[in-house]
Amino acid sequence: MQDGCEATPETARGSASRQSYGHRRSAWPRWLVLSAAMPVASCAQTGVLDPQGPVASAIRLLLINSTAIMLVVIVPVILATLAFAWWYRSSNVRAGHSEELAYEGRIDFVVWSIPALVVILLGGVTWIGSHQLDPRAPIAANAKPLQVDVAALDWKWLFIYPDQGVAALNQLVIPAGTPVSFRLTSANVMNSFFVPQLGSQIYTMPGMTTHLNLLADRPGEYPGISANFSGDGFADMHFIAKAVPTEAFDAWVAQVRGSGSALDMPAYAELAKPSIAVPPTTYRSVDPKLFERIVDRTALAPEKAGASENYCPPAPRAGG
Amino acid sequence: MTTTTIEAVRPDRVRGRGAGGPSSTRTVVAYGFWIFILSDITMFSALFAAYAVLSDRTAGGPTASELINLRHVFVETMCLLISSYTAGIGALSAERRQPDRFLIFAALTFVFGAAFLIIEITDFADMLRVGAGPSRSAFLSAFWALVGMHGAHVTSGLLWLIYMVAQVVAKGLLPHVLRRLLCFSLFWHALDIVWVGVLTVVYLMGAH
Amino acid sequence: MLGKLSWSAIPFYQPLPLYAMGVVGLAILAVLIIITKKGWWPYLWEEWLTSVDHKRIGVMYLVLALVMLIRGYSDAIMMRSQQAIAIGGAEGYLPPDHYNQIFSSHGTIMIFFVAMPFVIGLMNFVVPLQLGVRDVAFPVLNSVSFWLTASGALLINVSLVIGSFARTGWMCYPPLSELAYSPDVGVDYYLWLLQISGIGTLFAGINMVTTILKLRAPGMTYFRMPVFCWSALASSILIVVAFPVLTATFAMLLLDRLVGTHFFTNDAGGNMMMYVNLFWAWGHPEVYILILPAFGVFSEVIATFSGKPLFSYRSMVLALLAICVLSFMVWLHHFFTMGASADVNAFFGIMSMIIGVPTGVKVFNWLFTMFRGRIVFKTPVLFSIGFMVTFVIGGMTGVLLAVPPIDFVLHNSVFLVAHFHNVIIGGVLFGALAGYNYWFPKAFGFTLDERWGKASFWCWIIGFYLAFTPLYVLGLMGMTRRLQHIADPSWRPLLLVAELGAIVVFFAILCQAMQLYVSIRTRESRRDLTGDPWNGRTLEWATSSPPPAYNFAVLPRVETIDAFWEMKRKGLGAARPAYEAIEMPRNSPLAFVIAFFAVVTGFALIWQIWWIAILGLLAILVAVMVFGWSEDRQREISAAEMARLERAQLGLGRPA
Repeated sequence: MQDGCEATPETARGSASRQSYGHRRSAWPRWLVLSAAMPVASCAQTGVLDPQGPVASAIRLLLINSTAIMLVVIVPVILATLAFAWWYRSSNVRAGHSEELAYEGRIDFVVWSIPALVVILLGGVTWIGSHQLDPRAPIAANAKPLQVDVAALDWKWLFIYPDQGVAALNQLVIPAGTPVSFRLTSANVMNSFFVPQLGSQIYTMPGMTTHLNLLADRPGEYPGISANFSGDGFADMHFIAKAVPTEAFDAWVAQVRGSGSALDMPAYAELAKPSIAVPPTTYRSVDPKLFERIVDRTALAPEKAGASENYCPPAPRAGG
Repeated sequence: MTTTTIEAVRPDRVRGRGAGGPSSTRTVVAYGFWIFILSDITMFSALFAAYAVLSDRTAGGPTASELINLRHVFVETMCLLISSYTAGIGALSAERRQPDRFLIFAALTFVFGAAFLIIEITDFADMLRVGAGPSRSAFLSAFWALVGMHGAHVTSGLLWLIYMVAQVVAKGLLPHVLRRLLCFSLFWHALDIVWVGVLTVVYLMGAH
Repeated sequence: MLGKLSWSAIPFYQPLPLYAMGVVGLAILAVLIIITKKGWWPYLWEEWLTSVDHKRIGVMYLVLALVMLIRGYSDAIMMRSQQAIAIGGAEGYLPPDHYNQIFSSHGTIMIFFVAMPFVIGLMNFVVPLQLGVRDVAFPVLNSVSFWLTASGALLINVSLVIGSFARTGWMCYPPLSELAYSPDVGVDYYLWLLQISGIGTLFAGINMVTTILKLRAPGMTYFRMPVFCWSALASSILIVVAFPVLTATFAMLLLDRLVGTHFFTNDAGGNMMMYVNLFWAWGHPEVYILILPAFGVFSEVIATFSGKPLFSYRSMVLALLAICVLSFMVWLHHFFTMGASADVNAFFGIMSMIIGVPTGVKVFNWLFTMFRGRIVFKTPVLFSIGFMVTFVIGGMTGVLLAVPPIDFVLHNSVFLVAHFHNVIIGGVLFGALAGYNYWFPKAFGFTLDERWGKASFWCWIIGFYLAFTPLYVLGLMGMTRRLQHIADPSWRPLLLVAELGAIVVFFAILCQAMQLYVSIRTRESRRDLTGDPWNGRTLEWATSSPPPAYNFAVLPRVETIDAFWEMKRKGLGAARPAYEAIEMPRNSPLAFVIAFFAVVTGFALIWQIWWIAILGLLAILVAVMVFGWSEDRQREISAAEMARLERAQLGLGRPA
């Protein structure tokens, strides 16, 4: 590629630089088209762009709207950048030139206003959206919410159904059309519970409880993952969220109650040991206090009182 | 420093202010050291924040009100304040080129600073004795880190003071020695300011 | 005796890092042998290793950055390759234990040992020249800053062969980084080496703030300072305020690991959320530390190569300062999913958008700088235009992520990874490379080859889009980050495109290496004889290329913005002012000695060899005390010698 013009304003090497720039110029649209086509061609809608519940749908709408609002500014800016660079190249004698143009109040006002207006608009969208899509906010629906307690272990997901008294590992079966209210925690390290097609993720942290509300509109199988790196077995920490019709859910609960082992404290102690790529299983019964004890970190040592319950006599005043 | 030569500056221009050209070495050194102190205070503020978050997480162990001895804290505070006062007089003496007076007040500064440290270390030893060490609970971790970090700074200050006294004795009150004494003063007074924060947040608020 | 260190620390069972280190070791050995045979040691020691000249230190920072770019890139291509291969049931060639170290070291190296040195190096070289002064406020401290950064870089490379690096990701969140879940030395390497280099960076920030606020040529009021200096000021203020927070945070994690405290542990009241908050209270200002000087570079480059002043200088300065302040109010957007209330999340989301306003203003002002200019398409300009197109896309995805509900489905996905690479490559790296191409002739006296420069630009931008557009799509499809293997085979085509992009980036780096090689070989044809190869506007172009050690024989009198442009317009005075004697600081081995013992101490602390650590710290203390006692730290350049040196420069064609 030939060198552009000399650095001094007086010299213009006209055709040579125009030719070299023209060669560059044509490369741009090809790549824009290709990179635009790529996502369309590569895959149909999945994940975030294929919502299967009201939370995910609302989020997708927010995503599309916000993107559209910003593209209104971004696309002209990109086009203007390329256009200005092209038109005001030094070899272009037709372009107007103004060596002294360093400030103009009206332009300055517009330049500050455009981003400010976009941000005000998006700010409003953010405020409203954040409140409407607060993970802790229950989802209004006809059915009574189902309670599910989630514990992230190394490296698998334990789902406890406190009202049904059963538990499942690496599979989450829920009734379609019923809001699910999650309480979440982790046994060891920080993870993040995430079913992209159903909506928001939420961190799971040891010693703490987080809350999430989701709903699956229709039956289907939706992949779920951990979205926060947690160690060697992290890549295998996926599960299936299976939404089934309400009767099928009741049947499933009944079937689980009739088979599999019990998840009592010794069984949990065994389960809590690090393991990777654990196949899905179910438990016919689960210790009613298991989730609380995972949260206050007494689940592995049931005989000992938890750290918060340790009693130390008041220390004598230091220094007498 | 490379600021000794500039052209004649118009009399209405002040060196170091915008149009006046580069500042004097003394100004630059003190200013840079002051920026360093601001960064140090920022580090302390991170420890203060940690303390604020963890102050009630005592894990069944000793609480602040059980451990704090306000009499000791009062004496510590007075020691530190007096050492700041003597440091100030010492700095003035140095500026007035009175090395003997400076040395006296430097020694007093050292004595009161060391007294502060001795009381603090004694308190720490007592806390260890009753099992209130830094690994007992999150509250204690934060307490030890914050108060201990301040104490480590006081210790470094005292060692620096010895070094400065040696320089004054060996070289006299030369311009670069005076610049370093100026930095020491800034450091010592800043430690006082941090201590006021520690006193308030940790001791006065914790004693309730 | 030797703490935790033993022969088992060397990963004999893992051939890959050993081979890599073997190759690197041979390369280093080759370099050392060449230097010895050519007898360059005295020159290197006196002119570079002990130099306190900001120009030399700036160049060394850039050399460090470019060398570490190769290491950081190697990590990247290994990650991309693993993710291109290990799909469906395939295991790939990197077991999790190894892969996890690689992505952790990739992030750590790129942020702390490529981007930071690049940006600090450019600031170091350029700012005193643009301010019309002879050096930074504290030249010896400046060299200490560089060498401490180099110490950290050495330690992170040592971790490849002796022991291992952290397996936690570059942010090192507890509880994973606590002793219970990361019992080996990896996290200790991370923490100690970053503490060491963090001290260096903090000193650099203090130095730069003091220089800009207190050392300027006569007549240079704040609003006559070049915009790059304003951006350096904003970035350095951020360094001074943010880095101490990181120091405290890492100190607390170290205490947890070494002493058994409970700042962030799972038990006894520890709070891992506090680590996340403290880390990002540093982490967000950090990204602005990186990008603001890049903005400054673009302002200089676009103005110079458009032949016009920067449009709306005051707005640009206001925007820089606004970003500086606002960058401390947005940190929570890095963890919207940690469960804060909607009010808190929304507040930080809106603040994150507000910070987009001054950034948008700057983009518009660059546009209007080009408007009605006469643009010359040198390599720095290509990087600037590439930046403007690419960065706004990255900014857009950033604002998307700043909407909490949107973040709830994209947090920690590869969409996020694509976003921050978008702004870091499109913003920081392009700015660094633009600055490198722009100021290279000033540093070395000849311009860089344009053809290879442009080739490297095209490879970078094409490689970037190929590597990261698929990641945007994959993030929307539900792929999370840091996956050692991929379950869903339908993601393979996109991952292969990403791999292709990484390969194109290899060619970008190759083009840069070729550019340097060719430029050195053919430098005579591209000598910069005037000191002003680009018809520049600011004072650094008023010196010869390279400038003399003292930069300006007589400090220039500044009367306007774009001082040099004004001087050229009025005609550079023919009268030679009377020279006066000046004092310049002598070189000093202090920084090198401190760095040497910092490496020893750091290594000893990592492996818990306490006696060596104590001795190392004492050695540093002694070195500082000895230096503090020394007297003869300046050398005088007499008026006669100045006149002689200046006449010699004139012979080379320095501007009158």
